[in-house]
Amino acid sequence: MRNGIITIMKKELARFFGDRRMVVSILMPGVLLYIMYSFMGTAMGDAFGVDEDYTPTLQAVNLPGSMETLLPETGFAMTAGTDEAAARAAVTAQELDLLLVFPEGFDADVAAYEVSSGAVAPNVKIYYNSASTNSTFAYQAVVGLLDAYEGRMVNKFDVNAGGEGYDLATAEDTTGSFFAMMMPMLLMVFLYSGCAAVAPESIAGEKERGTIATMLITPIRRSDVALGKILALALISMISAVSSTVGTVLSLPKMMGGMSDEVSADIYSVQDYLLLAAVIFSTVLVLVTVISILSAFAKTIKEAQTYVMPVMLVVMGLGIVGMFGGGASQELAEYCIPLYNSVQCMVGVFSFSVLPLGVAATVGVNVVVTLVGVVVLARMFNSEKIIFSK
Amino acid sequence: MREILQVQGLTKTFRLSAKQQKLERTKEKVRVAVDNLSFSAYEGEIFGLLGPNGAGKTTTLRLLATLIRPDSGDAVVDGVSVVRQPDQVRSRIGFLTSELKLEDCFTPNYLFDFFAGLHKVDPEVRDRRKKMLFERFGIDRFAEVKVANLSTGMKQKVSLVVSIVHDPDIIIFDEPTNGLDVLTAKVVTDFLQELRGEGKTIIVSTHIFSLIEKLCDRVGVIVNGRMTVCDTLERVCGGKNLEDRFFEIYKETAGDGE
Repeated sequence: MRNGIITIMKKELARFFGDRRMVVSILMPGVLLYIMYSFMGTAMGDAFGVDEDYTPTLQAVNLPGSMETLLPETGFAMTAGTDEAAARAAVTAQELDLLLVFPEGFDADVAAYEVSSGAVAPNVKIYYNSASTNSTFAYQAVVGLLDAYEGRMVNKFDVNAGGEGYDLATAEDTTGSFFAMMMPMLLMVFLYSGCAAVAPESIAGEKERGTIATMLITPIRRSDVALGKILALALISMISAVSSTVGTVLSLPKMMGGMSDEVSADIYSVQDYLLLAAVIFSTVLVLVTVISILSAFAKTIKEAQTYVMPVMLVVMGLGIVGMFGGGASQELAEYCIPLYNSVQCMVGVFSFSVLPLGVAATVGVNVVVTLVGVVVLARMFNSEKIIFSK
Repeated sequence: MREILQVQGLTKTFRLSAKQQKLERTKEKVRVAVDNLSFSAYEGEIFGLLGPNGAGKTTTLRLLATLIRPDSGDAVVDGVSVVRQPDQVRSRIGFLTSELKLEDCFTPNYLFDFFAGLHKVDPEVRDRRKKMLFERFGIDRFAEVKVANLSTGMKQKVSLVVSIVHDPDIIIFDEPTNGLDVLTAKVVTDFLQELRGEGKTIIVSTHIFSLIEKLCDRVGVIVNGRMTVCDTLERVCGGKNLEDRFFEIYKETAGDGE
């Protein structure tokens, strides 16, 4: 690499790492994502779960003999009382969790009932309070119990009796489909945010502060300035993206609660990660180049940021397309569209359906796009209208 | 004496925005900043460009420094054309103007090395020059202080030193003493005279008469983008003081300009 490029890269990196606030601002999103997702996961678990020590209370009217043995299976506390109206008020007030009202002679009616007769079946009324998690939990438990009881009486056949071992999906499939759904969109957004956090500062910022002209009166080639900046910014953006990605991958299992055992990032091989790294780095190059060119048009950092926002939506849109594409595309031509190709490659890697030639095409196309961008940026640096626009 | 800088018919126009046209009550879409300007500077002299604000001094210097391109005409710096070989011109000149800023987050020490790198100065030469220049301007005590924390005068000195890391033969200064206190201004003017002693050529622009009288061997007076007089200081003044002479020249030329 030419000395000029290295000189510029070193300066950009020194400027970045010399400023503690900038380093923190780049690493923060990852930490925040981790805290936020973990907190959301825990909070959601708490909101929809019931304290294990809690014993729901229920009250029954006209309790039939069959239920006297069945209901205690739930382990809920049965309270006495026959006033249905008072009990309903207690459920509303959340003092009582459940009120069961059986028709009189329930056991006999059920035994005499013919399904084929078409007559109205005996009806059990269960009053509950959906605003209370405990009541909802008790309601679901009792409904399940009664359904099972009904099933036992007219049992003709079973589906998947006896528990586990029927889901033949491998851990790869579960994780693969989950990550392929979530990660491409998240990664694209993280990569873009990383680039958008550093590129306007470095290019529009230097214009705004009048420091870029100082550099341009030296004999350094404009293309060296452009490429040096793009490479340095790409490296910094990668750090930001890696921070966000690690934060997300670590906190996703917490977010998913019960699924955490099935979803784990260590099912991917080193080769998968290498492919992913190649795709990500070439994508960052394209993103940094695009944002750098936008920033070079802007007179101030603020103006650059207003240009950067709409492009963010496009990138997010491409990520979302990946979520619903139904696996990676197997058409090589689709890997020639910058950014869209990145999403396809990511979906491919995560869902174990990667098209190796597609990854090669993606990296190639991205490098070409970057080089074209370097030429454009170098020409912009040479243009007095761009550098001295006020 | 060798002509080290030849400016030949340099012309530069700027487009006026609709807003500017309204402000200046003019229908012209194009403003001529530098109008067919020609002059020469000799090796080992200090050449002064004198003119009121907006006369085109800064534009002329920017053209010489290859920051902007002329619409027509050319300038040959030490045998190299600013139009055809701007890269080579850049390595032959040192250019300093208050518009060119240094990045706040770096130290003088770092910036000196960085710009030396851009000029491809050999590290050994770089370190020797750094030591010499930093001592000369008292920057050595502030070598590791970030530019943001330096005083205005010290910042200006650092800018000056950085602009000549590569020991150029031609030094172009736009308003060299603007915004400096008398002490710093004296350090700068003394240094310019010292450089002349070493055989360097220095082009300065200013609207301060005393600075021209004190420093310059020859002077060119620019009014409305045109060179009206260009000669040695004595001949331009013709026995009068420069200030009086300037107003005479200004009356003559601005009169037929408007």
